[in-house]
Amino acid sequence: MNSALVSSAPPSVVGSPALSCRDVRVSFRGHEVVCGVNLELGHGEWLGIIGPNGAGKSTLLRSIVGLTDYHGMVSLGDGETPSATDVALVPQFPMLPKGMTVAEYVLLGRTAHLGWLARESRADRQIVSSVLQRLDLSEFADRLVTTLSGGEAQQVVVARALAQQSPVLLLDEPTSALDLGHQVSVLELVDDLRRTEGLSVLAAMHDLSAAARFADRLILIDHGRIVAQGNPTAVLQSDLLSAVYGTPLTVQSIDGELVVLPAPRRRVHSQKEIS
Amino acid sequence: MADASLPTNALTDTEAAHPAVRRAFGMSATAALIGLAVLVAVGLLSASSGAAGLPVSGVFAALFDWFPLLGLESSLSATQENILFEIRLPRLVLGMLVGGSLGLAGASYQGVFRNPLADPYLLGVSAGAGFGAVLALGFGLDLGWGPFDTVPAAAFLGALVAVLASMAIARGGGASPATLLLGGVAMAALFSAAQTYAIQQLDETRAREVLSWLFGQLNTTGWKQVWLLLPYVAVCGAVLFVHRRHLDVLRVGDDEARSLGLNPARSRLTVIVAASLLTAAAVSVSGLIAFVGLVVPHIVRLLISHSYRVIVPLSALVGAAFLAFVDIGARTLLAPSELPVGILTAFVGAPFFALVLWRDRWSTP
Repeated sequence: MNSALVSSAPPSVVGSPALSCRDVRVSFRGHEVVCGVNLELGHGEWLGIIGPNGAGKSTLLRSIVGLTDYHGMVSLGDGETPSATDVALVPQFPMLPKGMTVAEYVLLGRTAHLGWLARESRADRQIVSSVLQRLDLSEFADRLVTTLSGGEAQQVVVARALAQQSPVLLLDEPTSALDLGHQVSVLELVDDLRRTEGLSVLAAMHDLSAAARFADRLILIDHGRIVAQGNPTAVLQSDLLSAVYGTPLTVQSIDGELVVLPAPRRRVHSQKEIS
Repeated sequence: MADASLPTNALTDTEAAHPAVRRAFGMSATAALIGLAVLVAVGLLSASSGAAGLPVSGVFAALFDWFPLLGLESSLSATQENILFEIRLPRLVLGMLVGGSLGLAGASYQGVFRNPLADPYLLGVSAGAGFGAVLALGFGLDLGWGPFDTVPAAAFLGALVAVLASMAIARGGGASPATLLLGGVAMAALFSAAQTYAIQQLDETRAREVLSWLFGQLNTTGWKQVWLLLPYVAVCGAVLFVHRRHLDVLRVGDDEARSLGLNPARSRLTVIVAASLLTAAAVSVSGLIAFVGLVVPHIVRLLISHSYRVIVPLSALVGAAFLAFVDIGARTLLAPSELPVGILTAFVGAPFFALVLWRDRWSTP
């Protein structure tokens, strides 16, 4: 299927970014957790946000979708403040209501497009139907969301975001609840969608190796500030990461892919026992 | 722009959709048709049962004859037609409007509070409305303004105070479903006490009048009550109907709802005001009729769907059919005297409520 589920992304506009943040600041009770972040997300780009827990990654994403009050400016390529038709969020811990079917859940993505008398239009149903087909979830349509496995549920949440038909996709640590196999397959899916549907992806990512593999560019955040940005090779430096994450980390290249690992432990005691 | 570049070859209509997709979407229309059929059947049954037994065929013919362009000779005598159009039908229509209102309001409360046990009765809304109405009825309190009648206005004020107080209590207690209900129970107790006190201050005949109204009766004098209730049903019903999908969106929590493009606070307030006004209007014509708002949405959820897209409109239909049906019993069981219909709905509703609590997997919205 080579059709564009997302219609409003003009693929030819290269000059203006899909989304930009100018000096975004967020504070909770006088404590600043995002301290003046500037970033630009290019059309069709995958920009990864990395950083330790509490660095402000999720808060930054939440301010972009308007869930948190912020100072500064978040704007689309045309200068507008983004709405649900422009930016879709895949939350870190999505709530899956009991008794709701997959099709109904994906239909929630059409909220911003609610029509006359709030009836779901033919177009809404078709979009849900094609999104499910696109993600190979059609046979799950009448299953209850609460009966899905973690990986299936995550795909359904991605499907809901796709049904929003927003050209920008925000992912908040989308794979933190999944096993290794499903982590890769969900990220592969997003990458595939980015290429075929022309989405731009801004993702807060836990797994640095996955970030290196999937993102075009990385932004490293620490204590609410950007401390490094650029392509993965430039950002993933072991000294820098070790300092930011507060533990020794090494960056290795395995078959051309960057892999971030904890530095080897000094096995003083075990050596003694063996000898 | 949203539809411009939809895949044209892949899915031009729902026929091409996967069977599971069709199953997931196809149910609501069928269910609505069945609900409508049940409503019509109950209507015919109700119109033809009662002290003066009217033949079903005659009722059928008379009803169709009433529509323009449909000439159908009815076998009813002039007296029978009079009974049908001036006594039976107003009462039937009023029962359907009240039942539909309570079902609709109950479904809306359950959705907006994300709480399967929320209903106008348990939230104290009915008691608040009852208190307001008792003041207006018993003491001739005049809140009428323009075309609006005094009793619904007073009932609405009472209802709104009760629901806002329940919510305030719940927010103080961390907004868990249990605290909300306990808040509602507190409000219901408070307003019932105030009601009893107010009634005690009335002279005896006045008090008896007010009490018999309070038990929940579908008393009609011609079409007066129907015309009184109809504008509220039309306006509030339309508002709640339009917000039914918002209730589904609210189920994923306020944050996600907002990221999907909904304003949760505004939707919630609109639904609460509309549902309270609807409850108040129903209470002002029929008194306190318990359990319809609780039981009906549960039946719909149990049998048909957990989605408020379906629950909201169907609760109105099923509520209308349910109350019209129970009212047949209220009119005929102790004929020639009459049972208050509110007592019968409680007889049916309370055991069902217990059953729901017992098997609470049914009750999750």
